[in-house]
Amino acid sequence: MAVTTPGTGLIAGAGWRAHPWVVYAACVAALVLVPVGVNMLSFLRVDGDMLGHLTHFVLPELLVNTFWLLLGVGLGVSVLGVSLAWLMAICEFPGRRWFEWALLLPLALPAYVTAFVAIDLLDFSCPVQSWLRQAWGVTGLFEIRSRGGVVLVMSLALYPYVYLIAKSAFATQGAMALEAAQSLGLTRTRGFFRVALPMARPWIAAGLMLVMMETLADFGTMAVFGYDTFTTAIYKAWYSLFSLPAAAQLASVLLLFVLVAVVIEQRSRAHMRYGAVGRHAVSRRIPLSQGLAWLACAYAAVVLVVAFVIPVTQLAFWSWQVMDQDLDARYWGFAWHSVALAVMATVLVGVTALLLAYAGRRHRDGAVPWLQRIATLGYAFPGAILAVGFFIPVAYLDNWLIDMARAWFGFQGTEILKGTLAVMLLAYLVRFLAVGFGPIDSGLQRITRNTDDAARSLGSSTWHLLSRVHWPMLSVSLQTAAVLTFVDVMKEMPITLMTRPFGWDTLAVRVFEMTSEGEWERAALPSLAMVVVGILPVLLLTWRTSATRH
Amino acid sequence: MKLNQLIAMLALAACAATALAEEVVVYSARNEQLIKPLFDAYTRDTGVQIKFITGSEGPLMERLKAEGQNTPADLLLTVDAGNLWQASQEGLLRPIQSKILQDNVPAHLRDPNNEWFGLSVRARTLVYNTGKVKPSDLSTYEHLADPKWKGRLCLRSSKKVYNQSLVAMMITEYGEAKAEAIVKGWVNNLATLPFPDDTKAIEAVANGQCDVTVVNTYYFGRLIEKSPMLAAAIFWPNQKLSSKDAGVHVNVSGAGVTRHAKNPAGAQKLMEWLSSDKAQNLYADKNLEYPVNPRIRPDSIVAGWGDFKQSLINVKEAGSKQVQAVKLMDRAGYK
Repeated sequence: MAVTTPGTGLIAGAGWRAHPWVVYAACVAALVLVPVGVNMLSFLRVDGDMLGHLTHFVLPELLVNTFWLLLGVGLGVSVLGVSLAWLMAICEFPGRRWFEWALLLPLALPAYVTAFVAIDLLDFSCPVQSWLRQAWGVTGLFEIRSRGGVVLVMSLALYPYVYLIAKSAFATQGAMALEAAQSLGLTRTRGFFRVALPMARPWIAAGLMLVMMETLADFGTMAVFGYDTFTTAIYKAWYSLFSLPAAAQLASVLLLFVLVAVVIEQRSRAHMRYGAVGRHAVSRRIPLSQGLAWLACAYAAVVLVVAFVIPVTQLAFWSWQVMDQDLDARYWGFAWHSVALAVMATVLVGVTALLLAYAGRRHRDGAVPWLQRIATLGYAFPGAILAVGFFIPVAYLDNWLIDMARAWFGFQGTEILKGTLAVMLLAYLVRFLAVGFGPIDSGLQRITRNTDDAARSLGSSTWHLLSRVHWPMLSVSLQTAAVLTFVDVMKEMPITLMTRPFGWDTLAVRVFEMTSEGEWERAALPSLAMVVVGILPVLLLTWRTSATRH
Repeated sequence: MKLNQLIAMLALAACAATALAEEVVVYSARNEQLIKPLFDAYTRDTGVQIKFITGSEGPLMERLKAEGQNTPADLLLTVDAGNLWQASQEGLLRPIQSKILQDNVPAHLRDPNNEWFGLSVRARTLVYNTGKVKPSDLSTYEHLADPKWKGRLCLRSSKKVYNQSLVAMMITEYGEAKAEAIVKGWVNNLATLPFPDDTKAIEAVANGQCDVTVVNTYYFGRLIEKSPMLAAAIFWPNQKLSSKDAGVHVNVSGAGVTRHAKNPAGAQKLMEWLSSDKAQNLYADKNLEYPVNPRIRPDSIVAGWGDFKQSLINVKEAGSKQVQAVKLMDRAGYK
């Protein structure tokens, strides 16, 4: 991968000579185009019968399902994420400081685990309904394995993406925006909807986009619910109908859809410009009256309990049952692998995303915005499709290298590139660049051109501008990106399964081992371990943020 | 990547390759907790080291395909015959001549071309609610399509390969039209949405959400071990039909030596050992499955469910008719 040196300033200018920032963005996009290209190659083998069958019998219902799912989860995470972010960032009430970080905790729980716990507690055979039936003779109350159930669970599992990103937006501009609105005679409520909310739109959109991509690509949660979406059809074509080409073709359609959605969203706010507000905006919180404070407290508590406390309690209960049998010294190894991979991937994703966002800042027009959009498509891939799409070219390259090594050095092995951490990390980069890029890019939009110009007019070099002006303003966005990426990498399964070197089993791999034969209760132990490890960066972030505030 | 790093890695890989020429490398879709104890026992027995990596069948097979001649894998292990058949179709396996395997593995549980062999048997049978159903009400899989079961049947999702194999075998036995009518009958009789796993289907039966379901026996075994008072029991279907194909639908977890194995002899020895008296109980009992080797008694819990007649259709049909079966289930509206 060719990486250009950042901060070399403007070399380009005249003619066709490529600017280093553009070259850099092109390289990152190229990396993502590798699996996209493999998908495209599948169009050389179009199986009309197969596609005909899928279009006729499978897709119509799935498209409807997918539409309602996206709409429902989109609404769900927006309402939960934005309202909680507003309360935590702008208002003051007892317990706020504690809730502010606790509400991030559901991030550490993979959605399919929450889903399994929800079904286990609420389905017909499970404690709640059994009790209602036996004690009260109530039947047919609700069916958790339904559209509403999926939407509820996905919203509870994914709202932290919107919450985290929107909170940092509100924290730095919300209170002042509201005051400005009030000074113009708007009520607090109208001020929120007319001023604060529109101002936070890029951040909310960034979080929402991540949620949508994750929802679209989700396979595990949907399988647990038996809710078939477009991605279900992709896996069906591959695993059940033995047609990876058909699966890849469907995946290409999915990516195209996402790309169009991203472009529409960006275009729709292209005319807006977002300005910065001072860093001390946060100091003036709105104290809530006693009644409202109670309400806010209760609301946050309910979300936290339903999305985190109950699932984790159930996991702890199951873990307790299998601990003697399953917990051994190897768990240190699994946890260590999970953390090591997540840290390395987070650094790689963070740096790459930061530079990519800068490339866009330097070149607002032309190719760079498109390169950015392509570079962040990896998150919309169904995981296993991305994993093979990345692995196949690596294996071909490896075959070529091995042949040469054999001819020149008498090499006898079977692996040079594949089976190395480098391949694994690059695959993670392709998958999770969007997770890092979203928060960083929207954070960067807040630093106006005026700021740059002012700094430059005072004689700041690019480097100086970066380190003295941008870095302090961006640090919250960077931390947000880091936490999201860290936790996402740790939960990741298909890429880890496909590209891990021998012996590099992680906690997520343990979850796979248990769930692949339906032993969900035994999967509780590695899931819980994942939660414990995933909480660490959340705590670190909170600690850092509050340290910088005081 | 830097050149010196590349060279260092080459050297390392070369060392690793020569030092461990004897080791066997396994790609396994059977999960770690089920295979590692066996591999450890094999290493204790023979001194041969085994390296393995687990994953889903689809990605593992794509991996083998992409790696081609340079695959490190010697053996591919799966949990169903359909995927082994598919691996063989894709040219990922090689035929092997082994008297031991032919003796230990019944003919219908291995590839006629000797590219793969079953190593344990998974029986897909009926489980019914003991309070609501008399065993005499039950007879065959087909019978569950009868309107008298309306609103009383639970099934697992058609996306699971076990159900795809079952329907593939029914197509083999009865032809596509009759199989489709049966599946449509099932769908009409469903009490609720298909379940994501067999365990949930059995729990639904035990709790009276429905009366009968079709599951692999080991899921029932696991549940009954945990809660012995479960109001559910096993019924062996298709026992009284006269045709030689009739009987309980079985599938295998099994293995085949990869086409480009670096240590094919070692992989074959491992497979032979896995089919031997010594290993069969360890292999099957760990997951309450049936040994593939008919001379070996299953675990006592499993033996307690009684003997049954298996369908003798070769399990390769599960693979060769899988696509047909999936399309059929889609047409029938089986989710």
